[in-house]
Amino acid sequence: METKALQRIYTKIGQITKATCTLRATDVGYEELATVDGRPAQVVKIVGDNVTLQIFSGTEGIRTDAEVVFAGKPPTLKVGDELAGRFFNSFGDPIDGGPQIEGEEREIGGPSVNPVRRQQPSELIATGIAGIDLNNTLVTGQKIPFFADPDQPFNQVMAMVALRAEADKIILGGMGLTNDDYLFFKDIFENAGALHRIISFVNTTEDPPVERLLVPDMALTAAEYFAVDKKEKVLVLLTDMTLFADALSIVSNRMDQIPSKDSMPGSLYSDLARLYEKAVQFGDGGSITIIAVTTLSGGDITHAIPDNTGYITEGQLFLRRDTEIGKVVIDPFRSLSRLKQLVIGKKTRADHPQVMNAAIRLYADAANARTKLENGFDLTEYDKRTLDFAKEYAEKLLAIDVNMGTTEMLDTAWALFAKYFSPEEVAVKKELVEEYWK
Amino acid sequence: MSNEQENRTTGKVNGIIANLVIVQAEGPFAQNEICYIVHNGVWLMAEVIKAQGELAYVQVFESTRGLKPGSTVEFTGHMLEVSLGPGLLSRNYDGLLNDLDTMTGIFLKRGEYTATLNTKKKWDFKPTAKPGDQVTAGDWLGEVDENGIAHRIMVPFKMEGNYTVKSVSQAGSYSPDEPIARLLDENDEQIVVTMIQRWPVKKAIKAYRNKPRPFKLLETGVRTIDTLNPMVEGGTGFIPGPFGSGKTVLQQAISKQAEADIVVMAACGERANEVVELFKEFPELEDPWTGRKLMERTTIIANTSNMPVAAREASVYSAMTIAEYYRSMGHKVLMLADSTSRWAQALREMSNRMEELPGPDAFPMDLPAIVSNFYARAGYVVLNNGETGSITFIGTVSPAGGNLKEPVTEATKKATRCFYALSQQRADSKRYPAIDPIDSYSKYLEYPELQKTLAETISPAWTGQVNQLKNIMLRGKEAAEQINILGDDSVSVDYHLTFWKSEVVDAVLLQQDAFDAIDARTPLQRQRYMVDLLLKIINAPLGFDGFEEVQPFYKKIIDKLRQMNYSEFESEQFLAFRKELDRMVAERTAVEV
Ligand SMILES: Nc1ncnc2c1ncn2[C@@H]1O[C@H](COP(=O)(O)OP(=O)(O)OP(=O)(O)O)[C@@H](O)[C@H]1O
Ligand SMILES: [Mg+2]
Repeated sequence: METKALQRIYTKIGQITKATCTLRATDVGYEELATVDGRPAQVVKIVGDNVTLQIFSGTEGIRTDAEVVFAGKPPTLKVGDELAGRFFNSFGDPIDGGPQIEGEEREIGGPSVNPVRRQQPSELIATGIAGIDLNNTLVTGQKIPFFADPDQPFNQVMAMVALRAEADKIILGGMGLTNDDYLFFKDIFENAGALHRIISFVNTTEDPPVERLLVPDMALTAAEYFAVDKKEKVLVLLTDMTLFADALSIVSNRMDQIPSKDSMPGSLYSDLARLYEKAVQFGDGGSITIIAVTTLSGGDITHAIPDNTGYITEGQLFLRRDTEIGKVVIDPFRSLSRLKQLVIGKKTRADHPQVMNAAIRLYADAANARTKLENGFDLTEYDKRTLDFAKEYAEKLLAIDVNMGTTEMLDTAWALFAKYFSPEEVAVKKELVEEYWK
Repeated sequence: MSNEQENRTTGKVNGIIANLVIVQAEGPFAQNEICYIVHNGVWLMAEVIKAQGELAYVQVFESTRGLKPGSTVEFTGHMLEVSLGPGLLSRNYDGLLNDLDTMTGIFLKRGEYTATLNTKKKWDFKPTAKPGDQVTAGDWLGEVDENGIAHRIMVPFKMEGNYTVKSVSQAGSYSPDEPIARLLDENDEQIVVTMIQRWPVKKAIKAYRNKPRPFKLLETGVRTIDTLNPMVEGGTGFIPGPFGSGKTVLQQAISKQAEADIVVMAACGERANEVVELFKEFPELEDPWTGRKLMERTTIIANTSNMPVAAREASVYSAMTIAEYYRSMGHKVLMLADSTSRWAQALREMSNRMEELPGPDAFPMDLPAIVSNFYARAGYVVLNNGETGSITFIGTVSPAGGNLKEPVTEATKKATRCFYALSQQRADSKRYPAIDPIDSYSKYLEYPELQKTLAETISPAWTGQVNQLKNIMLRGKEAAEQINILGDDSVSVDYHLTFWKSEVVDAVLLQQDAFDAIDARTPLQRQRYMVDLLLKIINAPLGFDGFEEVQPFYKKIIDKLRQMNYSEFESEQFLAFRKELDRMVAERTAVEV
């Protein structure tokens, strides 16, 4: 916003609402940036020469003669290798005291990749967590959120996954992060000696909530630079997407749009898909993988935010506290990685798909037995065995604190099968039983 | 054509609200007319969706970022049209039938439109009509070989009235845009026909004599469909289900295995990685019916969720138009759309932007009518020359919150005859495909026409057997509820038997591993074998000394039957499992009574 010569300045605002102001202006482009009394704003509607601007921080105290300056361009980010190791706000301005980035200026929220130029994801991401690697294997180019109640340690798990993932760059998009969580990320990346491959765009709870609408696009524009121009493996972390969606609903409510389910805008699906679909695998090795967090309220996945997310992402990792073992586990029923079949049994041992399914089936039998118990019925001998199995399975494989290779996970599962069941009860292919049953 | 060009209306952009643009028109224009907005030298395609005085409300099929009032708009004089001709198969298109493979660069560029058909490629044409023949729209003039499929060159659908064939080109190699026939209309005016014609996608192609009720099973190789709730040639059905319940996997299985000549797949507002899977797999996989590559019989239309929303609606219409085009050639076409909810949402977004009075859940009021008109374009038809063709259409629905009482599901339920409801509970316990055996239905099973063909082609007892299986599932569910309420030992052994019999049917017939090379597809012949076997086991008079014996016995039975599902049909291994089963059943029968 330094090139004053090209800027057009207006000082007569016609209408001011909670989130927007409208003024007469000409030669303004749709989605163009502006400032109103120094506050960042963006064009959201043009009718004739009436231009409506959304002011990110709200319109409180804006005067009808406030200075409105149009920037002549939509939001942009300067990209370059110097992004690495830096912290920025929602507008891409440094917040770490370092210098501005000198680089090519790119519009954020750019066009989509032509689907025929994509490659089918096939590179496994190992995390050491069996709830992920065994049951919900991740692949580069995938997009997947953690579904978790606000009191779950989702940011910790996400940071752990990110650090174990062997990515060339990790890009953090923080939306409505508490200051404590912001410092947590900073510390954990620093302690791991990984700061030089981390880039962060952060909107904290102290910043205006509507500003966070820019965060994912900033993070993903940086990601596209490294994945396309530099052919790097990029991992993007978006937390918390529920707060992003809340900001969308604030805007649409203030603009009097007809809300659909759960007072979310009718365009929620498209708004979220546009971001998540930036996850991609290219043929030359570059990739963008997106791991997000969607916080739930009381575990309700039918709420519009997790519901629309689930329809967009390639599965979800559901965190739940298992009271029996007193640990947080990755719930095998509600969790899913849809890209796992591209790698399991191919990049991992051939028995992987069947072992995974058999263990979950038996775990489901245990859930039925537990219901019986809760209803006060006697358990059969089989029921009792499933309960014992379930407990050990949760402890040795589902808990998020396990860290081992996939082969070890498979061997652990076989050992549990043999300890509690007969081959018929496990019902996997005969060839596999012959090879692995101990 | 040229004077039409001169009379075209122009206009100027007046307002912009996301992808809704208001145009001040300087002349007449039509509802649904296509126009182009010229922005910095780039032409952005748009469609008129409302007219108000001189203002045209247009939905732009592209991003409107940077667009300014005053930009020039050029109207085209026609609705959203696509080119139809040889070369549609094996292609990957976007929702407006731009060829994705001929686009440049990694990213989609705004305003880059590529040709649907390759006019450089020559086709071997064989005439089938002769001078003097009386013809009307849709009649066959000749054909070319498109991947082993007879691609008829037809009298263009737009031509109303009767024509006389003046000449047809001799057999030989022609470009699709070369004249291949000359026709005379009733006033002796000559019309030149090429292999390419254009058609407005929102209009149904009706060049057929009549549309009788469907009567032939369309084999999909998916047991729970073919056996329990069969789809028919020319039928309609839909697959609703919460996210992750298996809609896409099921639809893709059907697309690979179904007994169809042509498959048109519309990925409508869904994941790009899922279409990439088709792009990579279909050129490699074999069509089980012809042994040719699957891609040779397939057209993929990809409007992924990150592509412009307005083109989502267009994508399903483009796909249906291609399906109708091949049906008019006398082919068996299968059309699949995943997910029709995204299309409905696109309509909702636009309706909200236009501040229309909203219906339930803010969807447009006329949603049920739009959905039912669309499904009505499918069907089995008798063409004017007495040949037959069909479009079988199966769409998926993604109900908000997995709740089937929402407008899109309800509207689709009224418009279709097969209901394949995917259940969250089944998906959670990995009982795939998660089609609920009790809630789902195929109305075709009640058609006497279908029952007759089933009796002739499978066995006279078939419909009776199917109903028996359905009854077993229903009674099994009731028994499970009783056992859950009263407890294992407070009900008689019969309840356990009833329940476990339904478990056998579930595990062996309903559940099917879409990722196992053998289990994925079960030909009808094999389904019949398994149904006979299952009913034999279920109807055998078995004796048990207490409920504790029931579960272990049936678990073993299920295990053996599953092993059969994983074995090559009638292989040594398969027959060995069969033998073992017969022995287990015989032993159990011998113990008691
Ligand atoms: N028949 C099957 N056999 C084995 N696994 C299956 C089967 N059907 C579905 N699955 C599993 O379920 C996952 C989700 O299936 P799918 O992608 O088809 O769901 P969907 O209903 O289309 O979800 P969405 O609405 O989000 O697109 C698959 O990735 C696969 O792991
Ligand atoms: Mg799907």
